[in-house]
Amino acid sequence: MEIRLLAFGIVKEIFKVNLMEISLPEGSTVDVLRKNLEHEFPAIKRLSTYMIAVNNEYAAEDVILKAQDEIAIIPPVSGG
Amino acid sequence: MTDLKISSEPLDIISCIGKVKNLQCGGMDIFIGTIRNKTKEKKVVRLEYEAYEPMALKEMKKIAEYALQLWPVENILIHHRVGVLKTGDIAVIVAVCAPHREAAFDACRYAIDTLKKTVPIWKKEVFEDGEEWVAAHA
Repeated sequence: MEIRLLAFGIVKEIFKVNLMEISLPEGSTVDVLRKNLEHEFPAIKRLSTYMIAVNNEYAAEDVILKAQDEIAIIPPVSGG
Repeated sequence: MTDLKISSEPLDIISCIGKVKNLQCGGMDIFIGTIRNKTKEKKVVRLEYEAYEPMALKEMKKIAEYALQLWPVENILIHHRVGVLKTGDIAVIVAVCAPHREAAFDACRYAIDTLKKTVPIWKKEVFEDGEEWVAAHA
């Protein structure tokens, strides 16, 4: 399945785009996406941490992704 | 009452006070976050803020609603600025009113502390000789 990823902050600079499509096997979890991204973009492993949000909520590693989900890569937040 | 906003326009303290004011309240606590002129002795030229807006508003709503449950407060307002900000500009306003001051202080502190941990907003500090996404690296 094709999934769309929104990128923010430093992740946008690592991806060099703010919206990216990637291909993952059906039924992939957040954890699979994370491993895939870290393989493709090793620079994100150097972040102090990063979260993955699915449909505007921080997602646990075992959440199963669907093609129509809104998925965002959330580097360490620094508002305020 | 909760009032949440992410804005690319300058934030207005007076209008925030007007929104939060309530006759049942004996006290109002306001936190105003502003842009510092230096970080670790490096002169800050500007800050660039961006937000994942729908999720940021959702997380701000969680903070405000939780604060209303945790403390006897009447109104809570959280406004955050995005875009390019310069030294002295206001980045965030948290305003809380409550019948008694302890709750207003506690809820206000909770709101700004939690916002900094959970709300998907980012800032890049631009110095005279480089730039850095705050907190990105350990």
